Amino acid sequence: MTTSSPNHPTLPAMPGSWSDRVKLLRQSPWVHSLGRFLALAVVFGFFAFWVEGGKFYSPRNLENILRQSAVYATASLGMTMIIISAGIDLSVGSMIALTVVTVAWVLDLHVTTATAAGATETVYLAEEYPLLIPWLALLAGVLVSVLAGLCNGAAVVGLRVVPFIVTLGTMGIFRGLAKGLADEKDIYPHKDTWLTQLMDPTLTSQDPTWRMWILPPGVWILIVAAVAAAMFLRYTRPGRYMYAIGSNEETARLCGVPVARIKILTYALAGLFAGLAGLMQFSFIGGIGQPTSAVSYELFIIAAVVIGGGSLMGGQGSILGSVIGALIITILYMGGQQMGWPKWVQEAVIGLIIILAVVIDRLRQREAA
Amino acid sequence: MASATGTPPRLLMEGIEKRFGATTALRGVRLEVRPGEVHALVGENGAGKSTLMKVLSGALIADAGRMELDGRPYRPSNPLDARRHGVAMIYQELSLAPHLSVAENILLGVEPHRGPWVSRRRMRAEASAALRQLGVDISPEVEVRRLSPGERQMVEIARALAVQARVVVLDEPTSSLSGKDSEKLFALIRRMKSQGISVVYISHFLEEVQEISDRFTVLRDGETVGGGETARTRPREIAAMMVGREVAELYPSAEPRFGEVLLDVQGLAGRKKPQSASLALRRGEILGIAGLVGAGRTELLRTIFGLDSIRSGRIRVGAYLGAASPRQRWRQGMGLLSEDRKKEGLAPGLSIADNLTLPKLENLGPPGVVLPSRQAAACRRWIDALAIKCRSPWQSVGTLSGGTQQKVALARLLYADVDILLLDEPTRGIDVGSKAQIYRMIVDAAQGDPATGKRAKGVLLVSSYLPELLGVCHSIAVMCRGVLGPPRAASEWTEHRLMLAATGQEEPQ
Repeated sequence: MTTSSPNHPTLPAMPGSWSDRVKLLRQSPWVHSLGRFLALAVVFGFFAFWVEGGKFYSPRNLENILRQSAVYATASLGMTMIIISAGIDLSVGSMIALTVVTVAWVLDLHVTTATAAGATETVYLAEEYPLLIPWLALLAGVLVSVLAGLCNGAAVVGLRVVPFIVTLGTMGIFRGLAKGLADEKDIYPHKDTWLTQLMDPTLTSQDPTWRMWILPPGVWILIVAAVAAAMFLRYTRPGRYMYAIGSNEETARLCGVPVARIKILTYALAGLFAGLAGLMQFSFIGGIGQPTSAVSYELFIIAAVVIGGGSLMGGQGSILGSVIGALIITILYMGGQQMGWPKWVQEAVIGLIIILAVVIDRLRQREAA
Repeated sequence: MASATGTPPRLLMEGIEKRFGATTALRGVRLEVRPGEVHALVGENGAGKSTLMKVLSGALIADAGRMELDGRPYRPSNPLDARRHGVAMIYQELSLAPHLSVAENILLGVEPHRGPWVSRRRMRAEASAALRQLGVDISPEVEVRRLSPGERQMVEIARALAVQARVVVLDEPTSSLSGKDSEKLFALIRRMKSQGISVVYISHFLEEVQEISDRFTVLRDGETVGGGETARTRPREIAAMMVGREVAELYPSAEPRFGEVLLDVQGLAGRKKPQSASLALRRGEILGIAGLVGAGRTELLRTIFGLDSIRSGRIRVGAYLGAASPRQRWRQGMGLLSEDRKKEGLAPGLSIADNLTLPKLENLGPPGVVLPSRQAAACRRWIDALAIKCRSPWQSVGTLSGGTQQKVALARLLYADVDILLLDEPTRGIDVGSKAQIYRMIVDAAQGDPATGKRAKGVLLVSSYLPELLGVCHSIAVMCRGVLGPPRAASEWTEHRLMLAATGQEEPQ
């Protein structure tokens, strides 16, 4: 008999017994996310209880958790799409760094001319065009990651090399480009712009107009992007195609899904989200073009997706889950710090949680099957 | 039914029952195999043959019943345990590790060792001995992936012999073999028999059963419905036991009315196969394509559909001429049902609704948008029309039974409302009941229904099951070694003539 033999009782839609009802309930997407919220609450509650003086749930700390997790969460949106379509992107950390450096590089553009008196004069474009240059920096920063993502997708499709290898390679290439662009130094833009403030604290700010944002602008960007990504995956044709490709690429091809185009689109979109994450990272590290920033972020981002229910075999994953995953990882990280755990304990605990999440997920699915 | 000599049977299975959830796969099966005989186990797909053999090999534990091996109670706890008792399975999907050597494969799980160290020398010697016993010339050093399918099967059988097998089970052994390899296999089976090994031979090719087996047992819907000596039974009688009803009523009939030519293929050749194929499919027509496994029938459909590339020849689909991608083919009104449901046909992790609507997500919402409610509604219509047994449109396809999965795959073509249906082995691996329903669907689709404005369609049907072709198709063409013969009316064919044409013994005219 094939694996299809232990099939379900093929009864009509109305489940009869209570056990059937409980089973159905467990399979509903609501309960599905509920479990992740629960995990988030447990992790948060743990630190809220154990970190002394209630510091963990102070507004300032809550805000910090949000700010820190926003970078992971934003990048995890694209990673979710890639993992749903049975791919992987190891270059995301390097992409973020590339964006960070590009933004700083544009902000720091300057022309040095010799004056009549024999001295040199440096003119910063950001001062000449204070309105235009930050937008240009933003655009260039995001665009460079989109291009990087396009390269990933084109290589995966065109060279027929598995995504793991392609992005392992581009992880080095993009990091190298970032370092090259920055001349292996940190770029300190001549002047701070609003790009530096994207992730500034709001509610705990002294500035009343800034307080009106409620959340840092970067977090708002994340929220909008997450909603858009979720809608995209659920309600658009390319979104549905990503699930189909991840679940069974052969079937997708048979059904006329433009597999190559969708894959390239997936990686390009991941680049877009990595670019947005890069903008946040730029602000988060204080408006510096640091080519060595976001090292090993790919691991946290992949972990966020996996904790959120993504399967590396493809076909599974959810935006809400990934965002929660990013929060869980950040809370573990920050909570561990505030508990005074040594760094090695923190790292080991995060590793354990990742494995645990996947095991629980599999148990749940076996029950459902 | 004690054996004539009074010695206990080599293998006795009695009152075997097995349930999966609400489905009963086996309900009191009896199987008795004598020492040194070739015993054919026949039955339609889904009759329970494979389940029974899994019970025998310890892969499944029966809910009830008992087993004896040479008169001693036999209760294997797992496949390795069964192997140690001398019960060896050779599966239809070959189960070798391609990157390991022949010797490593033959002795997998029973490697000769001293302490923790595998003795490579003894391994080579034992593997060579097993291969020699079979009279095959394969080096034990070579990696299995470098072998042909026929050679791999020899390795599988050598694996059985390496543990002093008493019972060897061959599950559809010829389905992946060429004619020449099949002959070699038969010679090998006779050799095992002469060495006193009992062989259980599973097949639904009755010709093979006639040729190789001494006795047979027929399973139907999980029950033993008959058996006897092969030499004294005619294939038709065995077939009647397998199907359990007159074959005629399984196949619906309809008065064919042919319309314009939907698909015109001239001198088509693919990269390897097909080498030459020409056919014309009219509206309302069901055109069957017979042939052996490996003749190039699947490749023909894939080439027409744009999954494989064209080397030469011409394809005209309605008003469209030339090669096209699968995506364009769907838009031109053509759909393909893959022979391999699991690997290619369906995305098991996705829901019925997602699988069904995948080729045509247009019109399920505003432009570019897919509304799940519309998906479900479109899906429900076909769930009702085809009596697809499921809890909801959002149930994942992987949890459905084989027959139900196949209905979903077929419903996909009907949902997309294509004019041309390319069906590759549409009833493979499904039970008789679902088969009859699928034949009904095919015939209905071809016929159309003027009352509801459903237009007649054209169907290209590839099948290895000859009664099915003869029962459903209007005309049949036979493919042999990549060359498609000319179609002839189904009434002009018999199973015998189809078989001759398929094996290239008769020049198709």
